[in-house]
Amino acid sequence: MRILILLLGILGWGCAHADLDITVTGGEAAAQPIAVVPFQTSPGANFDVAQIVQDDLARSGLFNPLKRTDMLEKPTDPSQVNYRDWRVLGMNDIVIGQEQLVGNGVAVRFYLLDVFRQQQLLGYQMPPSPPDQLRYVAHRIADMVYQKLTGTPGYFDTQIAYISGHGLGDARTFKLIVCDSDGKYPRVIAASKEPLMTPVWSPDRKQLAFVGYQRGRSAIYIDTLATGHLRKFSDEPGINGAPAWSPDGKLLAVTLSYGYNPDIYIMNVATGHKRRLTHSPAIDTESTWSPDGKTIAFTSDRGGTPQIYEMPVDGSSSPKRLTFQGKQNLRAQFSPNGKSLALVNYDGSEYRIGLLDLQTDALRILTDGPLDESPSFAPNGAVIIYSKRTSRGTELATVSVNGQVNQTIKASGDIQEPAWSPFIQQ
Amino acid sequence: MLRKSNRVFFWVMAVAALSLAGCAGSGSKENASATPTSAENGINTSGVANGATGNGNALGSGSASDLSQHSVYFDTNKSTIKSQYQSVIDNWSRYLLANPTSKVQLQGNTDERGTRSYNVALGENRADAVAQAMKTEGVSSSQISVISYGKERPVCTEHDESCWQQNRRADIVQQ
Repeated sequence: MRILILLLGILGWGCAHADLDITVTGGEAAAQPIAVVPFQTSPGANFDVAQIVQDDLARSGLFNPLKRTDMLEKPTDPSQVNYRDWRVLGMNDIVIGQEQLVGNGVAVRFYLLDVFRQQQLLGYQMPPSPPDQLRYVAHRIADMVYQKLTGTPGYFDTQIAYISGHGLGDARTFKLIVCDSDGKYPRVIAASKEPLMTPVWSPDRKQLAFVGYQRGRSAIYIDTLATGHLRKFSDEPGINGAPAWSPDGKLLAVTLSYGYNPDIYIMNVATGHKRRLTHSPAIDTESTWSPDGKTIAFTSDRGGTPQIYEMPVDGSSSPKRLTFQGKQNLRAQFSPNGKSLALVNYDGSEYRIGLLDLQTDALRILTDGPLDESPSFAPNGAVIIYSKRTSRGTELATVSVNGQVNQTIKASGDIQEPAWSPFIQQ
Repeated sequence: MLRKSNRVFFWVMAVAALSLAGCAGSGSKENASATPTSAENGINTSGVANGATGNGNALGSGSASDLSQHSVYFDTNKSTIKSQYQSVIDNWSRYLLANPTSKVQLQGNTDERGTRSYNVALGENRADAVAQAMKTEGVSSSQISVISYGKERPVCTEHDESCWQQNRRADIVQQ
């Protein structure tokens, strides 16, 4: 058994992969009109930050940005702003700014201005950034504007991990890819001729756990993104699958079948010590942790069909069934606020993403099917990314939790099992 | 202050699985070559002998093991062995009993419906069912390994029952 480790660097693989192509197909009726005016630039500091901010806000479906060709003026400082002209254009708010070379970095300054009240809502000087990192500065600006105007944290300075599959049968190959939240700059983290599955982010965003196969045997790996160090974390006979990080990052819930049938175990990340959590002869898998770290929800077919159950992590009481609608419910994910579960619901003919309110037990179906799966919440809880089967193969899509804003995300090959990163820890 | 935490350095790990058999995870239909005749002859006599010593069920005598069939197919969401595939299991069990150093890998698979991790478990249940059936016939567990690909290794990709039924299978792959 030989393992080839190829260090290909950032640019090599990154350029070989096309960006994800994102199309917004639905939008909020009350999308706010906003103008993101091109920032003032200068030689060495001419990256189009404003375009990324505008694209992020548009992609959320909550904002309707003004086209640049419709802008009558292009102020870059509050002193240059003529509010009456922007009111005439129907704008609620405008974003303006400047980029300046400072040493080896570019410092971006931006302002968010309320057109009606003619006042500044935000004004920030961002720390100098290397020029090739300016897109992240732009995403952070979009996050701040989004939060100021909606009250909810933004989700643009985030990453998405996903699996990409190409080819058929024996020639099928798999890649684990991480890209920015707008689908750009995909980077290959791992590649294999055998399946790669279920990428999950550590809460500090520094590691990805995932399932890989070697000669048919599955194992759970932990990849440290900054160094590329790969640790084989669980390699028991049988299934090693469905890893899920605890909110404090110290534990992984995993599915192992070496005790005869698939059960959920809690493993200590540092020591590898494991404790068995479920004890039924049924299939128990697909764990998700509640944000307070006390409960795990999981898929079990102990009742005859796969449904979602929950139980305390300490095992102090037996599993309680949560889902009763449709024929099957699988692959739950706790929302960031712990009040709902995104899951896959099967009504007998289609698999669609549903949202289960844990307080009211109401299940709302958010997508159309016929084969939608792998839901993952954006860290602000407002949007869910998932995979959907189309006539072109498998693609990613997002839907807002109120079901109103939809996007499809296409790339070459089948893309599946998206995992939205947590926020960067400040 | 530079945000170094934003800069990530990426490694690519190419896991080249160099399978000894050259057919782990491969379409076992392509490897449907008949076993060497010497093994088949060996099966005739050894099979009878093993049956006579009462290891599991008697498998009869005088017939060569037909190893051209190496997939057992299943109903939707099920891992129970259907009677029409019992002969596939019988043939392979007879061969393994006659060749105690031979090994097989049982690979469980599912159709595309349902979630990926659940289907890995369902696939394993299917491969396990075949393993149990072989062990009931006296095959040693040292000759059997079980893996599951879930829905990751389909033999066809159409979205209809004629394709789904081809993917709901356990493949018996000689090691």
